[in-house]
Amino acid sequence: MSLAFKKETFRDDYTFRNSPKAIKRFPFPFAEDNYMYSVNIEPHSKGATGSVVEHVFDIDEHYVAECEDKAKTLLLDPSRYQALPHMMDAQWDFLELTMESLSADYPELFSLVKEGKRWTWENKPLGIKNSFVFGDVTTLDMEPFEYMARQVQGDFVLLDQRNGTLYADAGFITSQADWSLAFNAGMAWHEWHGPVPQVTKLGVMDRALKYLMNLQLGSPVRRLNWTMTINPRLDTSPENYPLWGSDRNKVTEENVGDLVHLRVELQGLFRLPRSNGILFSIRCYLISMEELSTYRRWAVRFHRILNSLHADLVEYKGLTKFRETTIKWLSRFDDGSPVDLGTHPE
Amino acid sequence: MSTISVSVAHIEEVTPLVKHFTLVREGGGNLPAFSGGSHVVVAMNIEGRTHRNPYSLMGSPEMNDAYHISVRRQEKSRGGSVYMHEQVKVGSKLEITYPVNLFALEKRAHKHLLVAGGIGITPFMSQIEDLERTGANYELHYAFRSSEHGAFSDRLRARCGDNVHCYVESEGQVLDFRKLLSQQPLGTHVYVCGPNAMVVALIETARALGWPENHMHSEQFSAPTSGEPFKLKLTKSNIEIEVSADISMLEAIEAAGVDAPYLCRGGACGRCELEVLSSDGPLLHMDHYLTDAEKAAGKKIMPCVSRAKCNSLELNL
Repeated sequence: MSLAFKKETFRDDYTFRNSPKAIKRFPFPFAEDNYMYSVNIEPHSKGATGSVVEHVFDIDEHYVAECEDKAKTLLLDPSRYQALPHMMDAQWDFLELTMESLSADYPELFSLVKEGKRWTWENKPLGIKNSFVFGDVTTLDMEPFEYMARQVQGDFVLLDQRNGTLYADAGFITSQADWSLAFNAGMAWHEWHGPVPQVTKLGVMDRALKYLMNLQLGSPVRRLNWTMTINPRLDTSPENYPLWGSDRNKVTEENVGDLVHLRVELQGLFRLPRSNGILFSIRCYLISMEELSTYRRWAVRFHRILNSLHADLVEYKGLTKFRETTIKWLSRFDDGSPVDLGTHPE
Repeated sequence: MSTISVSVAHIEEVTPLVKHFTLVREGGGNLPAFSGGSHVVVAMNIEGRTHRNPYSLMGSPEMNDAYHISVRRQEKSRGGSVYMHEQVKVGSKLEITYPVNLFALEKRAHKHLLVAGGIGITPFMSQIEDLERTGANYELHYAFRSSEHGAFSDRLRARCGDNVHCYVESEGQVLDFRKLLSQQPLGTHVYVCGPNAMVVALIETARALGWPENHMHSEQFSAPTSGEPFKLKLTKSNIEIEVSADISMLEAIEAAGVDAPYLCRGGACGRCELEVLSSDGPLLHMDHYLTDAEKAAGKKIMPCVSRAKCNSLELNL
């Protein structure tokens, strides 16, 4: 595999763009014209070649720029990385899973050599090479979870399973859709899902929790979630709301195509072996309305999704200020004719 | 469900009733790491029928070149333990599930109190490795019938030193739950595995002493029991099958070629829960998962261990 990593930014001058190839593989989440929450979980098995689910963790053209953006966010706010002391086994589980997956899936980019407990890890795109003793935290410059979370695109939460529920007891969160690790750390499943509208009524969270409690080693699962973001900004955290919140007021009929982005999260859930914990991975994909409209059926479908979205979800996802403008812009693609089921671009 | 093909590398007779099997991955290579207290479900082909039993993984979760399980020969066996004792030899091939942990250590406990009765020692054989590795504060109290039945007691004394306390029933040594539980510091978690009566007695004693519910942990796998035959209607699959006297509902469903979820097959995890649409007789709940209220309501059933005393039972599957 040859990947040219782009030089781009997710803040200030926002030079992030998707190549035609990245647009085509975008994980468009809407198979139908209407959207409501469901337990839309499927096995995280090897997907089509070139798709974002071909590998356990997707590495794409934005990899290097995204890792640089992570490092900046963490430097400015160290609370984006937190791990309670009882999560150390889960930290090593995370390091093992990410190192083994990346080196097996992208051998040109990453390598892992094991001599007993002495492991050597090389990350060519980021120019990192370290030897350490697996299980001995003193042999790395930082905790194992932080070490590898800095080297994989996306956010990561390590969940501890106890008391019949799951606790968010460690996290590395720098590209979140308006939620706070500092606020949620240590919380149980029903606590951190409390604000999500509609789902209590649907019983979705109870069923999802029961399912996850029985999640099996060797059988990870995934789902897609979505929201919208103004500018290609990864760090839309509540802590930094002053830096991005007001951008919602800047959307006009002239700039909507470039400013408004569909933000799709590819969420993965993995049972971890030594800790019996669960890894929750949240990988963010951004696409501007202009880029999205490369494929007419996506523009048409998204127009219909936004039009029919439940008022509670419009409010919860923070779309109120620019939804109308976006619908108006997208309407030029939608002549009302039926769009076949499925998420494919063409 | 994902399974792993293993072969038997070694068999050790630990006591007159207990055999210890060492399993290695077919074709070589490591097995997945696991956490203390995990079990695997072993599939056996007994006279053309697939029989599946859960067994705790023993030994260090860090040593994943082999898995270790121990099987006690059950007098009233439905075939599984007798098959493991009589038919499985060095070189035999078996299918196992990935490890599942329904008996995990509470990592934040200030102290861990492990209580084992007889073959109930097996999940603790891996837990003590995690506890030793992390330097946790723990005690293991292990009761068994007579010295020849104290599986692994010598090994445990060597591994755990003063942390292990053995109680030999035939020598009049009694494990007094009340005394043990009342002298523990705040923040202690108790874990019990053994015969049903022992588990119930310990939990009730702890409750009476005011222990918080979430500080008590037990692992009980029930084996499916024999019963009267009945008819099973599977609505979504639109078939009707017979559950004979000596097989479980889950086994009958699987034998009919219908894919049903499961994990522990011992009524502990809740994964196989099915919705009851109708029954012309009482449900016989044998699981440890449903609450008493859920059992009384009769809307759900765990087909791995439970049955019905009826002519016909209809499930939403």
